[in-house]
Amino acid sequence: MINPTEYLPKSYHRRVSTYWWLARRPYLKFILREASSVFVGWTVLLTLLQIWAVTRGPSANAAFHEWMRHPLMLGVNVIAFLFVLFHAVTWFSLTPKAMVIRVKGQRVPDWAISGPTYAVWVLVSLGVAWVVLRG
Amino acid sequence: MKRTRSNEPLLWLLFSAGGVVSAMLMPVHLFLFAVAFPLGWLDPPSDETLLALIRQPLVRVYLFVFCFLSLFHGAHRFRFTLYDGLQIKHLNELINVLCYGGALVGTVTAAYLLWRVP
Repeated sequence: MINPTEYLPKSYHRRVSTYWWLARRPYLKFILREASSVFVGWTVLLTLLQIWAVTRGPSANAAFHEWMRHPLMLGVNVIAFLFVLFHAVTWFSLTPKAMVIRVKGQRVPDWAISGPTYAVWVLVSLGVAWVVLRG
Repeated sequence: MKRTRSNEPLLWLLFSAGGVVSAMLMPVHLFLFAVAFPLGWLDPPSDETLLALIRQPLVRVYLFVFCFLSLFHGAHRFRFTLYDGLQIKHLNELINVLCYGGALVGTVTAAYLLWRVP
């Protein structure tokens, strides 16, 4: 088949650098936020490994705990924690932008939506910690 | 005329559901199991306690949803990171297969591991 675009003038595309996201601080923030996806995947991988170790028995558990205490793993996991924290904060502060609520024709202010979201986050985190720590 | 349906709405739905789940739950999970327990800041629960915990059906459903939605959130976002960030557009189909395929493999693994909990 004939490619129709061959007979049309080519539009002008300025080549964008692969490292465009280093040019400005908001761009960098955007790409760091997007990069949190890698650490979300990493967290699921850790969870699956721990489920495997817990169901496998004492030797697998001991190996898992020792691996988690390795300085390299601790370094990666502290970075992963900061990234998922960044994901959570950016996600909750975007909630009012994605969810516009109007009361009597007036738009509900951003803080009235993000405030309760942060409160639920704190409560859910405390709930998870309580279930894990109560022993 | 043949109508083709796009998968995109479903993928965006999974992305936002997974975004909420991972934002709500991952910071506390990682803080406890990957930072506070290994560093000895907090006394970790015994392995027997954890086993008793994941024997409960509700906890297994929780962990499955946690893994499944977070994986599809991560896959979708990572796909666009490569697309916009690194401008790898010519490998689009391969990237899609690897991202969503990886999320699917992880979801099936989670289901399998949680299903055969003794």
